[in-house]
Amino acid sequence: MGGTLVRIGVTIFPGSNCDRDALYAIELAGAEPVELWHADASLKGVDAVVVPGGFSYGDYLRPGAIARFSKVMGPLEEFAKSGGPILGVCNGFQVLTEAHLLPGALLRNRSMRFVCKRVPVRVESTATPWTSLYEPGYELTLPVAHNEGNYFADEKSVSELEDEGRVVLRYLENPNGSLNAIAGICSEWRNVVGLMPHPERFSDAVLGSDRGLKVFESVLRSAGVGV
Amino acid sequence: MKVRVLVRPKSGILDPQGEAVRRALPALGFGGVDSVHIGRLIEMELESADEVEGMCRRLLANPTVEEYEWEVLS
Repeated sequence: MGGTLVRIGVTIFPGSNCDRDALYAIELAGAEPVELWHADASLKGVDAVVVPGGFSYGDYLRPGAIARFSKVMGPLEEFAKSGGPILGVCNGFQVLTEAHLLPGALLRNRSMRFVCKRVPVRVESTATPWTSLYEPGYELTLPVAHNEGNYFADEKSVSELEDEGRVVLRYLENPNGSLNAIAGICSEWRNVVGLMPHPERFSDAVLGSDRGLKVFESVLRSAGVGV
Repeated sequence: MKVRVLVRPKSGILDPQGEAVRRALPALGFGGVDSVHIGRLIEMELESADEVEGMCRRLLANPTVEEYEWEVLS
């Protein structure tokens, strides 16, 4: 690409709180991080977008329900339809299900408790732009921090996800009651990925681990830049 | 006019809030409670009820996991 930097956008809503971590991880992976304000009507020509974690709009009504109608979501939905790589983490995953870019919903944790810990997970699919650099079946530990992470979809949707290899990440110890211990999924065209665990929080050894960094490095490869 | 919307988890969907309350009631001595389901009550004052259905479908409820009903109060 002759020195052309891949540009990865991070959407920022009122109440997002993992946007800085995502921007940091993107830079660490070797891409140019670009802030996308929720009131922006364009994606500023980025090559991929991360919808970060947090409590957009205070989680009022339902997590992600209000953010899903903010201005930046229009171009984001167009970007998804054109095959652009999009990653939703935690609240970002909730936003993407509310926007129907991913199937199902994230319900209240079965325990009724906010879960904040490190959980072992397995990479179930490497056929997405965000996981292509992992070995299939790779097991790692990632942080989770959520109140509504309990993945639910109707029986038909869940069997479609399983049959089509669209479960991207699975808990080895289910922290929230998710169906089939689902921690992450991808869209039909595989370009949109949602994860409850936070790879950006494990993107640098100084944070405890850098095993999540490959998520952000993977998308560089899919954008045509070797790492 | 005043419209009242009731949103609740679809039947068969895990309702951890309802379940927690169901378990709490006997602890206070209230017996014979078989199930508890917790939803959300939304009251709106608006000029016309023409678009309430669309409001429910697009924002007030998530049809993937919730059902809703609404009525005109006055």
